[in-house]
Formats: sequence, C-alpha cells, structure tokens
Amino acid sequence: MDLRYTAPEQAFRRELRDWLAATLPGVGEPPPHDDWPARRAYDLRWQQLLFEAGYAGVDWPAEGGGRGSSPVEQLIFKEECERAGAPYVGVNFVGLLHAGPTIIAEGTAAQKERYLPAILRGQEVWCQGFSEPDAGSDLASLRTRAVRDGDDYVVTGSKIWTSHAEVADYCELLVRTGEERNRGITWLIMPMDAPGIEIRPLRTIAGTAEFAELFLNEVRVPVANRVGDENDGWRVTMVTLSFERGTAFVGELLECMRLLGDLARIAERLGALDDAGLARRFGHLVAAFDALWALTKRNVSEAAQTGIPGIGGSVFKLSFSEHAQALGDLAMEILDRAALSGDPLNGPDGAALGNAEQLAAWFKSISLTIAAGTSQVQRNIVAERILGMPKARR
Amino acid sequence: MDFRVGEDQRELAEGIRAMLTGRLPLDHLRAREGEARAISAEDWTALGETGVFALTLPEPIGTGLSMAEAVVVFEELGRALVPGPLVGTFLAARAGLVAGAAEGRAQVGVYSTEAGPVLVEHLASLDALVVFAADGRGPARVLAPVSAEGATRVEAPLDPLTPLWRFDAALPAGAPVPGDDGALWRDGALLTAALQVGHAAAALDLAVAYAKERQQFGTPIGSFQAIKHMCADMLVRAEVARAAVHASACLADAPDVVDAESAVAGCTPGQLVDRSTRGAKLLADEAALGNARSAIQVHGGMGFTWEVPLHLHLKRARVLSTIFGTRAAHAVALAAYAGATT
Repeated sequence: MDLRYTAPEQAFRRELRDWLAATLPGVGEPPPHDDWPARRAYDLRWQQLLFEAGYAGVDWPAEGGGRGSSPVEQLIFKEECERAGAPYVGVNFVGLLHAGPTIIAEGTAAQKERYLPAILRGQEVWCQGFSEPDAGSDLASLRTRAVRDGDDYVVTGSKIWTSHAEVADYCELLVRTGEERNRGITWLIMPMDAPGIEIRPLRTIAGTAEFAELFLNEVRVPVANRVGDENDGWRVTMVTLSFERGTAFVGELLECMRLLGDLARIAERLGALDDAGLARRFGHLVAAFDALWALTKRNVSEAAQTGIPGIGGSVFKLSFSEHAQALGDLAMEILDRAALSGDPLNGPDGAALGNAEQLAAWFKSISLTIAAGTSQVQRNIVAERILGMPKARR
Repeated sequence: MDFRVGEDQRELAEGIRAMLTGRLPLDHLRAREGEARAISAEDWTALGETGVFALTLPEPIGTGLSMAEAVVVFEELGRALVPGPLVGTFLAARAGLVAGAAEGRAQVGVYSTEAGPVLVEHLASLDALVVFAADGRGPARVLAPVSAEGATRVEAPLDPLTPLWRFDAALPAGAPVPGDDGALWRDGALLTAALQVGHAAAALDLAVAYAKERQQFGTPIGSFQAIKHMCADMLVRAEVARAAVHASACLADAPDVVDAESAVAGCTPGQLVDRSTRGAKLLADEAALGNARSAIQVHGGMGFTWEVPLHLHLKRARVLSTIFGTRAAHAVALAAYAGATT
C-alpha cells in the first residue's frame, strides 16, 4: 500500500490544474436551478471545453473516443475539478456515465458512430428512463411495454425519477418485451422529440423540479435503436454498472469536506464549538470523511489492477450517505433558526452565514440513502454477495 | 498510487495467521484466563522469533519493514486475541528503549498518566513501562524496572486475559526518551487501532459464520434481513476503519506524502499526521466495540455465555479503547481540524 502518486500521475495532475486555472475564469457562474435551457447550455459549454482540451470522457476507453485514463487518473481528474470549483457534470451525467458506456460496450458500429461523439463533444443530452412508479428497488418488475410493429417498437407506460428530461435529446429506456422478469427486458434509445411523450416535472422536498415523470403513449422507437438483443436489456444494463471504477462519489465526498469546513467556520463564529457535544460531532465527521477518502483510494487502486473496484463500492456508499446526512443534520442544528430560511442570511457579526447552501446540502443528503439503490438494498447486496449470507424472499 | 494491500503484505498476514493458529490457538490462550501472566515467556519468545516486535528494525535483528506491514500484523494479533503488552513491546523495540524487546525476551507495557485510578496491565510480566502524558503530550518516558511496591492485583479485571494492578500512588516519572517528538505515541495509537480492526474483523467473521449455520423458523437466521443488515453494517465499520488505519500507516512511512497532502489540507505536516492517527484510532475503537456488541446480538443467548469468545473481543476492545486516547478525546481534538478541511 502506497499513497505516492507516480511521476506520470503527478504530471497529469499538474497539467490539469494549470488548464483549470486558465479556463475556469472564463466559464462564469452557473445559471439558476430552475432554468433548464440555461443549465443545458452551460453544462454543454463546459463539456465542449473539456473536449477541446482532451479531457472529455477521461473514464471512457480510447475505442469509444475517450481519453482512456487509468482509474487513478480518473480520481485525480475528479479531485482537481472539484477542488477548483469546476462545473459539475450536470445534464451530461447520463450520457457520459451511463448511456455512453453502455453503447461502447454493447452498441453496434453504427450506434457508436451516431451517438458517442455527440456526447463527448457536448452536443447532445441524455436522460434515463429506468425506474417506474411500481418498479423502484425491484427494477426488474418494470412494466412499460414495447410491442413490435414493423421496424418500430411501440412503447406505452410511465417512467419516474428522470433528471433533466425537459432538455434531453435521447432517453436510455428499459422496456418490457417478454414475460420473464429479468429476461424480458430490452434497452432502447428513445428520441425525446418523438410524438407521445409527456413530461411532467416532479417537485422534490427541496422545492425544486430536479426530476420528471415521463408518460409514454404509443411512442414509436425504431428497432434500429435497440442496444443488445431483444429481451437481453437486463444484462446490457448490468454490463454498464461494471464500468464503475470507485470514483462515483469523489465529487460528493470532497463537497462534503468543503461544507464541513464552511460549517466549522460558521460554528466557530457562532460560538457553537464551545459545546463539547457539538464539537465531537465535527471531529467524528473529520475522521469519517478522511477515512472515506482513504477508502476511495483503496477502491480506485483495486479497480486499477483488477478492473473492478472490489467490495468497496457498496461499502463506500453505505457509509458515505450516512455521514453526509450526519453533516446535514449537524448543519441544521448549528444554524438553528437560520436554517428556517432558504434565503441567504447574515450572522450576528454581519458576515454571510451560508445557510442557503447548507440547507440545500441537507435536502440533497436525504436523497443519498435512497438514490442509486437504497441503503436497505445495499445492505442486502453486501450481506449476500460479499458476506455470502443466504438469499431469501424480502 | 497503489493503495491496495500488496501481495507481500497479504502473504505476511497469512503467515502470521498460520503461525498464531498453530502455536497460539484460542484454546491454548484461554487456558490462562484469570492468571497473573496472560501469556507464557515461551509463547512471548515465539512471537519475538516470528519477528512481530522487530518488523521495522533493520536486518539481521528485524526485517526492515514499515508501519504499513506492522498494522497488517497487529490486525492479525487482535483477530487472534493474543494477550500481553504487544504495543509497548513493539514500541520499545522500534525505538531501542529496552534490551530484549525485539527478540521477545522482554515485555514492555504502556501507561498513560490520565486522571483516574492508577491501573497497570500485565505488571507481573513487565520488564519496563513506556509512560505517556495525557493525550500524548510531551516526550514519552521509560520506567525500568517496574516496581510492584504499592501495587495490588485486581481480582476481577474486565478482560480475563488482561491482568491488572492498582497502585495506591502515582508511578515514578521514569526517564524521558531523548528526541521523542510524539512519534512513539502516534505509533502506539496506530498499532492499537490496528489491533481494534482485528477485533472488529473477528467479530464480523464469527457473526456471519453463526448466522449461516444457526436455524430458527426452519431457516438460517442469516437469511433474515434484520440479521443481514447488522452484518453489513459490521463490514462497513471494519472496512472504513481499516482504510483509515492503513492510510495513517502509509503517512507514517512516507514524509513526502505527508508534505504533499498537508499542503492540500491547509495544515502543517505534524497536524496531518495527528489528524490521521486520531481518526484511525477513533474509527477503529468504534468498529471493535460496535462489532463485538453486534456479534453478541447475532448470537442471541449464546453470545452472552462465557464459552463463546465474543465477550473476550468486546472486553479487549474496551481495554484498548482506554489507551492512546479515548474516542471522546480524539473527537474533540479532531474538531479543531474541521475548519481547516478544504
């Protein structure tokens, strides 16, 4: 075990850091949360800048047009971008982290040529249509049906938790084409301008419309848009998940560390750190986030050597999501009545309290034990796949 | 960067585990429960001959390895419930404080001058004592020999394999270790944390094995989500604590990494080391105590019996949680670093 970065890794970091320092001043502030067209433009512009500099798809293999960087370089990329305050992946998330890798692994030559460059160059946006109102943790029970009609599938059903659907060009869509649970699912590329798609924004507890519901009424999707074989979509989806290299939460973890620092400085100004009980909660979070950063390096190192991040992914997510929530809860207690305001406030010393940012982070933290596999499902996975405990009906 | 446990380190761990299973199996160790000397001189020498105390010393006395290997070995010692003053003897050997420590011919304890009763472990076996001021402040001191005058043996020590003596008055001061800048306390905390990871891992293994075997309602209790989730949480605690211990050991071995990382973290190199050590000890204490408790719960009534060794892990974890800083003390100290987190 060695935490030393190699000379090439250090060179990669220096070069990236210089580029970020030169580029970020011209990028500007992110647009307001609810202005989806502006967010699309802003996020795509950032992706274009990355592409021009050769940083598009650092985690994509070279044959998919990506940079083909090692997992350690992917870690450095995410770390430097977060520390420099670079824009988040934003509306490019599904394309870069999910649909793109799926097409690289399972798409036809024509599909790769058609879709991959547009993702890397920041020209097209993807969204995800996997979950359904009645198929959440039990995704394989999904019921959105696709019926073959000539050269098209005719799709009817509904999807939920679809981020940035309003500004997406394509949707990676899981549909039911057969009766068998896992072996009756097909993976389709659905153009979002096809007739029959209704998008209904879904308001979250944060008050924002981060997600949408999709209602699909006889939407025609060409058979040529199928990735993988009919009824083989479950396997196609699982292949994509195996692309994860242990870096999924690097940005979120470093963001939590920054928020903890901000909160500690707020607490100091408010005199809250004089309370030993509150101080210990800060100390505990320092230990936990440092350890999770070490665990990230361990998982990335495993992935670098074996291609998979070992047992660490689920373990990391379980621990990280809980500590992110502990941070959010601590922030709410430190801010006390100031946490009742989503508008920025000043403290007794006249300086900004940072309450709005901490409040937004608290809301987000509540979703972390639910999104991308609830903590309960994660624990089942850890117990059955890592610890080898017997499976049973839930 | 390659932060995996390396092939050599894995083999080292397996070698130590094989040696402990063969030479110091649990039945053999438990035969001395309640005795004044928790481990025989021969067994201690066997540990010395295996190289446990001299790992970081140059050849031919030692094997020239680093703290990274030391924490791997100490995790195995914890897992196997090996009793005796393991950490003090390692520190005495590493810093060349007591003759014979490296070879397992001397036993060296640790003592911290915290408030509370003056309690010393393993007194009957000790050739020397490394004495730390509260919270590791100031240089360590060495007290040798350790006089038993004024000491009364505690009849019912918490851990039956950690014999204990109470002194009526404060211990003599001992001689300061020249040039000690806190490295001894740091290494001691780290090795203690490594032992705790071993206890956490052992408790997890015992719980999972029992849950797969024990049948109730016509099925293994390990098929119940309530049990699975407890075991998953145990794994999470152990893995997170192990990553913290290993990272801290890597920092102890690599001043250049400390320099680079402290620049990023906005603190001095000394602060970074302190932060990583305290974090590792805090999380390892929690993992050991939490996992031992959970493992007892998974075992149901059997977990409450003397026969099942889970209480030994719980009790040892409790002993180790009282030295090299309590969780409460570490959490308060770490809070000061929160504002520096970038």
